[in-house]
Amino acid sequence: MKLKKGIPVIDQGNKLGFWGNKFGGNFVPETLKKPIEDLEILFNNLKKDKKFIAERDKYFNNWIGTPTRFIKLKNLTKHVGGAQIWSKVVSDANGGAHKIYNATVHCLLAKRSGKKIICGDTGAGYAGKMLSMAAKKFGLRCKIFMGAKDIERQQPNVRAMKKNGAEVIPVYSGSQTLVDAVSECMRFWVANCDTTAMCVGSTVGPAIFVRICGWSTSQISRELKVQLINEFGSIPKKLKLYNCVGGGSSSFGFWNEFMDYDKKQCEFIGVEAGGPAKSKRHAAPLTYSSKIGILHGAAQYVNQNSDGQIEETESISAGLDYPGISPLHCFLKDTKRARYTAASDEEALKAYKLVTKYEKLRPSLEPSHAFSVAIREAKKMSKNTIVVVNSCGDAYKDKKILRNRLGKKYA
Amino acid sequence: MLNPIDLAFKKAKKENRPALLTYTVAGDSTKNQSLIILNTISKHADILELGIPHNTPVADGSQIQTSAYRAIKNGIKIEDIFWIVKKYKKNKNPKPIILMGYYNMIFQYGEKNFLEKCKKVGVDGLIVVDLPWPENKSFAKKCKKKSIYLIQLLSPTTSKERLNKIIKDSHAMNYFISMLSTTGGKLKVSPKKIMLNYFKIKKINPKKNVVIGFGITEKSIKSLKKADGLVVGSAICKEISVSIQKRQNPVTNVANLVKKLKYKIL
Ligand SMILES: Cc1ncc(COP(=O)(O)O)c(C=O)c1O
Repeated sequence: MKLKKGIPVIDQGNKLGFWGNKFGGNFVPETLKKPIEDLEILFNNLKKDKKFIAERDKYFNNWIGTPTRFIKLKNLTKHVGGAQIWSKVVSDANGGAHKIYNATVHCLLAKRSGKKIICGDTGAGYAGKMLSMAAKKFGLRCKIFMGAKDIERQQPNVRAMKKNGAEVIPVYSGSQTLVDAVSECMRFWVANCDTTAMCVGSTVGPAIFVRICGWSTSQISRELKVQLINEFGSIPKKLKLYNCVGGGSSSFGFWNEFMDYDKKQCEFIGVEAGGPAKSKRHAAPLTYSSKIGILHGAAQYVNQNSDGQIEETESISAGLDYPGISPLHCFLKDTKRARYTAASDEEALKAYKLVTKYEKLRPSLEPSHAFSVAIREAKKMSKNTIVVVNSCGDAYKDKKILRNRLGKKYA
Repeated sequence: MLNPIDLAFKKAKKENRPALLTYTVAGDSTKNQSLIILNTISKHADILELGIPHNTPVADGSQIQTSAYRAIKNGIKIEDIFWIVKKYKKNKNPKPIILMGYYNMIFQYGEKNFLEKCKKVGVDGLIVVDLPWPENKSFAKKCKKKSIYLIQLLSPTTSKERLNKIIKDSHAMNYFISMLSTTGGKLKVSPKKIMLNYFKIKKINPKKNVVIGFGITEKSIKSLKKADGLVVGSAICKEISVSIQKRQNPVTNVANLVKKLKYKIL
């Protein structure tokens, strides 16, 4: 399996949408074949359309806000004593997380296709919050599917969705988390694809959704590339990009523009959710070498039993609490372009404490997973190594969990 | 030799009625009970569809989901499903069996192993909900080699051009999804409209049998009786759920329902 240079990774799939002839594809009910094909044609055309790109950039620049900050975490660097630790503060983006890029692009596409309603899934509630914001901005009706357990643990984002006029539909099946929300959203689309557009909240789902999402979040690395050159004069000789990985949209977007660099110069480290230290359950299919299977329309590494039933996951962070992983990341793992590891709930909490103690930055539980591994590894690195952690979400949504686990001081 | 599925359609045609296809979930609510249900409805139904329960079914509505989750919770495994088919086929006059499921279960078992096992226990056809054409071309060939029909799904969204191609590649039976819906939705299209679409499909190759499914109940079944076959699934799954809730015997209730369904299309 080989990664090609000079071709965007999102466009390296084969005719049937498989990366490396193995990951992704379109395992969908017949009813969705047509709407998926329509979306493919629309996206492939608009992607080349200068007017559309200009429109996208207008909203990215003026509404989402570009660029998000790239800052040195001086105190944390000093405390850790090793590599320079920097952060790309993607939570600066309107709404407070990277999910806004994908949501905005999907609403632009929905407008072009004449759809009046858009539906989407959400785990941490960011994908849902952003879709509700974008839908409101572009005059679309919005329906958000969210697991009942996640509704309970991510209330601030639920309130935001409702305030934006979205209908939040609780999902009570299965583990009542993200995996069930995505299934229910796909079911809704099966029954309503004539009037409704669907936005999948991460680089997962049928191939076209993986591509649209990866294309949208790549804004992060486009900005970072410029910021690195402004700061260091060129791309640093030793650059390490740490990112949490749930479905994989923020990590993919954080890495995309650096894909063609040698991994010795520019290493990608994806951090999955290891779950509670004492539990066997996790949401880290790449780290723990889960078998390949089909989930939500795509072939991918996924937690499952020997019969092929999808297994329940466990993580303190709703955004990472997903049994599968983007086909793009399966591809990056098997081509050895990226390295994947996991952080436990406890490690993420410890990292959150450390970051907030030394810096004016409040990463949500998802990026706290990435900080945990970055801090651990930075210790052993030289001063001229540049570690960048994507702080892709703000901890406001995690108030309740942080108060319960760490006490009032941290909430 | 004709596939038993062809024979079932032939027999129904001779009696001037559509074939009645039932759908139940394997292992609902237990392994033994689902076998007893098959044995009991066998008299009235022409073809038995048996669902392989999956825990992330992206095309199933709440009734079939409930049945599937119940079966999984009660411990059903893929080997048990083969056991059910094998036992059922020991009947004196067994009807054709079509297994219906999601591709991951087949993928994990291995396509080859799965088909060998199907052949061995007596499965006559397969429906794989999330393995559409053309992705299913190679699997369809493997099925054909074993004389197992891979039944293609056709939807109101399927374009004319695509319909032609799918039907050309298809085996002797196809399945028309009546409307845009997951299984078990309320019939939101008039039976007249459904039949209009049905005949458009039928015209492409009149020799191939086309059944209609999704949203068919005791109320609507009669209005669709011009089709080659009619599938009732969610209504049966619901009957099982309601019976359990009311502490009644699902076997008798399902048998009565199937009998009534059959009566409506005679
Ligand atoms: C802040 C944040 N980070 C990360 C994720 C994980 O998703 P992904 O891997 O697609 O970036 C989420 C998902 O909800 C999130 O809200």
